[in-house]
Amino acid sequence: MSAEIRDVVRTFILNNILRRPDYKLGDDDSLIKGGLIDSFSLVEVQLFIEETYGFRPADVDMTAEKMDTVRMIADYVAAHR
Amino acid sequence: MSQHTARFVLPETRRAYQSLLERAAQHYRERPEANAVIFVPAGNAPHRPITYRAFFENAARYAETLRGIGIGRHDLAILVMDHSEALLYAFWGALMLGAIPSIFPFLSDRLDPALYFERVRLLISHSGAKVVIASAQYADSLAALNSGVPIVSEAALRPSEGVPQFNFEVRGEDIAFLQHSSGTTGLQKGVALSHGAVLNQIASYSAAIRLNPADCIVSWLPLYHDMGLIAAFVLPLVQGIPLVLISPHHWVRDPKVMLHAISQYRGTLCWMPNFAYNFLAQRVRDDALEGVSLASMRAFINCSEPMRAESHRQFAARYAAYGVRPEMLATCYAMAENTFAVTQGGIDSLPNIDLISREALSTQHIARPAVAGELTVEMLSCGVPIPNCEVQIVDEARQPLPERHVGEVAVRSDSMLSSYYRRPDLTEQALFNGWYLTGDYGYIANGELYITGRKKDLIIVGGKNIYPQDLEAIADKVKGVKPGRTVAFGVEDEQLGTESVVMVCEVETDDEDERFEIARQVRMRVAQEADVTLSDVYIVDPKWLHKTSSGKIARNVNREKYLRERNGRP
Repeated sequence: MSAEIRDVVRTFILNNILRRPDYKLGDDDSLIKGGLIDSFSLVEVQLFIEETYGFRPADVDMTAEKMDTVRMIADYVAAHR
Repeated sequence: MSQHTARFVLPETRRAYQSLLERAAQHYRERPEANAVIFVPAGNAPHRPITYRAFFENAARYAETLRGIGIGRHDLAILVMDHSEALLYAFWGALMLGAIPSIFPFLSDRLDPALYFERVRLLISHSGAKVVIASAQYADSLAALNSGVPIVSEAALRPSEGVPQFNFEVRGEDIAFLQHSSGTTGLQKGVALSHGAVLNQIASYSAAIRLNPADCIVSWLPLYHDMGLIAAFVLPLVQGIPLVLISPHHWVRDPKVMLHAISQYRGTLCWMPNFAYNFLAQRVRDDALEGVSLASMRAFINCSEPMRAESHRQFAARYAAYGVRPEMLATCYAMAENTFAVTQGGIDSLPNIDLISREALSTQHIARPAVAGELTVEMLSCGVPIPNCEVQIVDEARQPLPERHVGEVAVRSDSMLSSYYRRPDLTEQALFNGWYLTGDYGYIANGELYITGRKKDLIIVGGKNIYPQDLEAIADKVKGVKPGRTVAFGVEDEQLGTESVVMVCEVETDDEDERFEIARQVRMRVAQEADVTLSDVYIVDPKWLHKTSSGKIARNVNREKYLRERNGRP
């Protein structure tokens, strides 16, 4: 289940934020601290989660500490939806 | 919000006052219960209205504490703080003493703290700062630097001693504060602005934007940058206009907060860099805007990075249903070296759009109006110079050029920098016969200024100035990268409405996994050391990069080559 969410999240990030579908993005690659996306893009991740999984993550959760990898985002979705 | 309608007359700050302090003291005396600032904390905490009385009494605690440790007139104080009420008070506290505050760029959640504090130490040593004022959570790290200057934080403040003291010995020519941009290069250049220059800017700019007592400014801009510091902090405080202040970190996470603040406080003026128009148009949903009205606004003023008519159209279309009208969209060309604004457009009428010939621009450097069937470039006017400010376009020999000829923009005014602080060499390079050479290319048509590009090596992302040489120095240290064989440059990003930053790095290895890992390291180091997100790290073989005849990496030539190989997209 979680692996499935990870793939959906990964595809979204590659196509819509990185705009580089062929990038090898691992489950545990650091997105913000690793310099792949900036914190502005977390708003996009938040909208994506809301549209795809039907709930809106709290604004205070949209931080580099809590949403820095594909796995962290997917686990958050799995725990909250 | 009855204070919004309090009757008072905007004074002519150019003539009426010697220093910012005289005007501040007048507010404290005459309008103590009017709101100076409405501070919007992150999260759901209630907004905090701060009256002039409370504002200057809080600021005075910093002034008294600094005085108590021997800090006085002309002494430089570096403020290493996060966005907070304490930052507002510390800045004005230092000013009240006649000292010179300078706000250090904020620590972000991905910058490497050790490197950040090391940069503070370097700045203290080369600027001759006498004290650091710190947010409480940074005090220990700063003390551990052993920089030789006292570190003052909120916990060490003296209790208030009663009526705030404003230093009325401060004269117009005294330095009021310094503005730095971030990064190794930016921190070398502290733009020193005198009380007189700032008062002149406030007078001229207030006239240009028709500032009036019914105005209310709403801002999420960081205060270490000229747009936030001047337009959305010093100007409203000095002119007695209420300021609704949102944290930049809060706004990034929750952009609708600005729109709700405008609606709640009937905001009239708001400054933003171009990317914010796209960001707000694309990233806020209707269900987050219930009950919001933006109809009170007089002007959303686009400033600090290249302005795009398309961004205005997107923003106006997105928020038309909430009361935004095209005539609210205004433009401004500004720089810290002129305190802030140089030109202003779009206040009395829509900013002009000039459709020019792409061919004439690129081959003859002339901005000729396009004829039918020709490829065009859409130029958004920056407006006309504000009062007491002149703009000229000059050629390589610094001779004035006629209208519609593209050259370097030069500025002369009564609100210019006194110097780059303790850097007479840089000051001399930047000024020519009293004109400040901006490093921007542009042209003038019908008295209005248009910016076409940049002569200087600078990338601007979301209003933030980034010096490519800083990024190249970081990439040079990454294992596997050939030192001195890297280049950074900006590429237009239409969707985001700003520039994307690209780096090209030469490596010896042809192993794909190693090359991927090198690119990953470059990205990570640049994020943690410069807080910059690279949209692409392009790993190439040795001898890919072109150098100039003098042996320097030619950024523009390599940028063109990159765009050809990448089909025009990063």
